Amino acid sequence: MRALNRKLLRDVVHMRGQLIAVSLVVMCGIAMFITMRGAYRSLVVSQSVYYRQFRFADVFAHLVRAPLAVAGDIAQIPGVSQVEPRIVFDVTLDVPGLAEPATGRLVSIPEDRHPALNDIHLRSGRWIDPSRSDEVIVSEAFAGANHLQPGSKIAAVMNGRWQPLTIAGIGLSPEFVYEIRPGGIFPDPRRFGVLWIGRKTVQNAFSMEGAFNDVTLAISHGMRTDDVIDKVDHLLAQYGGTGAYDREQQLSNRFLSDEIKGDRASSTIVPSIFLGVAAFLIHIVLSRLVQTQRDQIAVLKAFGYSTWTIGLHYLGIALVSIAVGSLLGVAVGVRLAMAMATLYKDFFHFPVFLLELQPSLFATGILISAGAASAGALLSVHAAVTLPPAEAMRPEAPPRFHAGIVEQSRIFRALSAETKIVVRNLLRRRMKSALSILGVALAVAILVVGRYTFDSIDYLMHVEFGLVERADVTVPFALPRGATAVDDLRSYPGVLRVEPFRAVSVKIEHENFSRRTGVTGLAPGSSMHRLIGKHGEVYDVPPEGLVLNRELADLLHVRAGDRVTLHVLEDTRPVAEIRVSKIVDEMLGIGAYMDLDALHRLMDEGNVASGAYMTVDPLSMRGIYERLKETPAVAGVTIRRATIEAFKQTIAQSQAITNISMVIFAIVIAAGVIYNGARIALSERSRELASLRVLGFTRAEVGRMLIGEQALLTLAAIPAGFALGFWLCSLLTKAYSSELYRMPLIVSSDTYAFAFGVVMLAAVGSSMIVLHRIRHLDLVEVLKTRE
Amino acid sequence: MEAVFRARGISKIYAMGEVEVRALESVDLDLYERELVVLLGPSGSGKSTLLNILGGLDVPTSGSVIYRDHDLTAASDSDLTRYRREHVGFVFQFYNLIPSLTALENVALVTDISEHPMPPRDALSLVGLAERLDHFPAQMSGGEQQRVAIARAIAKRPDVLLCDEPTGALDYTTGKLVLLAIERINRELGTTTAVITHNASIAAMADRVIRLRSGQIVDVHRNEARVSPDHLEW
Repeated sequence: MRALNRKLLRDVVHMRGQLIAVSLVVMCGIAMFITMRGAYRSLVVSQSVYYRQFRFADVFAHLVRAPLAVAGDIAQIPGVSQVEPRIVFDVTLDVPGLAEPATGRLVSIPEDRHPALNDIHLRSGRWIDPSRSDEVIVSEAFAGANHLQPGSKIAAVMNGRWQPLTIAGIGLSPEFVYEIRPGGIFPDPRRFGVLWIGRKTVQNAFSMEGAFNDVTLAISHGMRTDDVIDKVDHLLAQYGGTGAYDREQQLSNRFLSDEIKGDRASSTIVPSIFLGVAAFLIHIVLSRLVQTQRDQIAVLKAFGYSTWTIGLHYLGIALVSIAVGSLLGVAVGVRLAMAMATLYKDFFHFPVFLLELQPSLFATGILISAGAASAGALLSVHAAVTLPPAEAMRPEAPPRFHAGIVEQSRIFRALSAETKIVVRNLLRRRMKSALSILGVALAVAILVVGRYTFDSIDYLMHVEFGLVERADVTVPFALPRGATAVDDLRSYPGVLRVEPFRAVSVKIEHENFSRRTGVTGLAPGSSMHRLIGKHGEVYDVPPEGLVLNRELADLLHVRAGDRVTLHVLEDTRPVAEIRVSKIVDEMLGIGAYMDLDALHRLMDEGNVASGAYMTVDPLSMRGIYERLKETPAVAGVTIRRATIEAFKQTIAQSQAITNISMVIFAIVIAAGVIYNGARIALSERSRELASLRVLGFTRAEVGRMLIGEQALLTLAAIPAGFALGFWLCSLLTKAYSSELYRMPLIVSSDTYAFAFGVVMLAAVGSSMIVLHRIRHLDLVEVLKTRE
Repeated sequence: MEAVFRARGISKIYAMGEVEVRALESVDLDLYERELVVLLGPSGSGKSTLLNILGGLDVPTSGSVIYRDHDLTAASDSDLTRYRREHVGFVFQFYNLIPSLTALENVALVTDISEHPMPPRDALSLVGLAERLDHFPAQMSGGEQQRVAIARAIAKRPDVLLCDEPTGALDYTTGKLVLLAIERINRELGTTTAVITHNASIAAMADRVIRLRSGQIVDVHRNEARVSPDHLEW
């Protein structure tokens, strides 16, 4: 078959422009697939290896205080294989070089051994010295963000006392793979860190001798976690237990699992779009090739080449571009996956991030794209090879034509001859026009999807930090405090407004559904944490009843007006039937709200607060931070400005690679589709255009006809592409939606403008190339050869 | 003499939109070993259709065509493919060379899939093109291209050579060159040859001349002696 192979090679060289476009699109698809799939697999493997090696606990419970003997009782529960009681407190930290107070989570560890569960991986330094009471191990992210090293000193306000601490080591724990403050969404390593501290030190500071307020358990393989949780809850109820929960509800694991879930979905959706476009492109390139080579196919058949051999020959042309695209795609994909791995390693704190790029991954990527491309190729090849050779040798019959409704209209009759040709051509080849529109629409859609994530994040920022969270500083108290504590905050110079809030842990039940969360009591007319509707409208907290956000309401299958059972998990643990009076729209977390007074009545308590929202004069910030650092009642503060900063940084980091490469790939695809469309139109029509030139039409007139057609098609494709893109965004939104955050389905006008701009640029660029070719149209040659 | 082809009652009807075109109507025809037949007729007389059916490029709507012991009308697509590969050489009016292959490669395209082909160079020498092996179709004149097409058709040593208006696109001088090449193949290799033409002057080079009109054979005439294409005038 050497001569046939040579033909293949020469055809490939001849069509290199279009085939390179196909290769680039295939490259994008495979690179996306390898990057996203590789990142997904790597996360799964890294997570499972880390959890196993460092004994991540199965069940977690927090309580007020219980004697250590209770830990022994927990160990007796059938199915529990390991129990690690400990003391956990959030404290305010004074970090050198940081103006505002930071929050530290103190977690007690045995001085002389590693903990049985949630072991610490020491990155540098050493374990704490049992003979010293001021040593801690700090989490790596916090140490890194604040330039702390073994030997550095910081201070903590522990139970109202200012205590200096020395850093002995820097470590990581499977419990804090994603390290965020309670109630936070995005990491802020500069202002939140974990401090592992000797049990004796912390029990002395908080008067917890012989007691614990937090416990983690391991469960024997095959035992039911829910049964154990029920028994633990039962045991801890009288010690102020706020309800045990499993890994699924554990914050760090939850985030990690959501990321994995999202990656799994998007690593399917996004590469599918790209590979689908590649298949489509190959289809149009090949069907055009097959059409122009009808007579060659006939000759091959006449001389006894089998249908099969000819089919493979044309498929071969597709496969060459797929092979080139695959090689490039694997190379780019591996690079991107490595970059993603570095990023994940920082974003999620793994001791080792295992980059899982197995050959099977490459094989799958290539097979999928080859399959998609072959599917695209087969249709056109099939049509060609099944034609009887005698028929194939005759030129294709001219398309049938009859005047349709459009052409009978008065408007049509008023058009110039040139415009009539354009319109007629489009109408005459409806299928071809539809396919061209689809191609450009796909390109537009990909551009929209590529930039959508940025829009979504911008909108989320706008809503969460512009409409909902409006306090400059949020100050949680270590324990609920009376009105004087709030008045105290009001007295700080530079504080403009203070609103107290009450937060309690609850379990909400509705029919068979239940969820552990917190209820926040908001002061009437609260202006610093606001409740908003779908379109950003602001609601007041209703004086009676419970407000749920939509995510929580959906989880519980609750509609406004339904009644739910509220189990408070603190203090006297009241249980109440309560009506859901409103459902609000929030993008973060699963939240529930009540009127502050109504919550007080439910708790049967006076005017106490769990913390306060504050608006402050920016000029007085520093002084307020200093005061807060020294206020014993305060257990760490959240600063809006810092949160926004951290959020931006995190997002910029974590999304940058995927989003930027997606936008670049989208541009490549858009250009590829449009360039190919124009080239094909030119080659299909060159004979007709040359005839018009012979009849005396100028180059400009002929050019206008062809470009006019392309322009009409592109213009028709753009709205279709916007709609298709929006639909794909909604798919992605669903894939990424989790309890922790929902991507809002917002596509900005900037994004539409961007997609429009890129497509227009590609269209203008392709037109220039086509016009250039028209200028060099060889009139005589074109008329001599048959179509 | 033994009949290579035996066609009986073959008809071919094309549906062109709402109109039915009867290209052939119950044609009977025998072609014999080593003979050179010219099929003569105006355009639309059905001669190309007849040739395509003999060559296994098309199947008749009714009737039967037997090539030696092969029933072409009952053959499957893959049987027809094998038949064309093993027995038939085609020459077309518009040469139908593969533009991306050189002269030599165009011939090799066929010898690649043949059992006992002659070397592609020898085939090109037979048509007097030994000097232009590496030229692409676009670099050759029409006559040269047609001679490459003939070389391509005979390189596999076919049992039958079917030529559809081989001089139709050529001028007088090059047309003669091409006819000489066909005549030489028939004489030297003994290949049964059928040539379609609407040029009556060419008929003199044939052993037999078959005239078609409106899908039917109207006359069969045997020449006393074949005239060399050198001496044909038109």
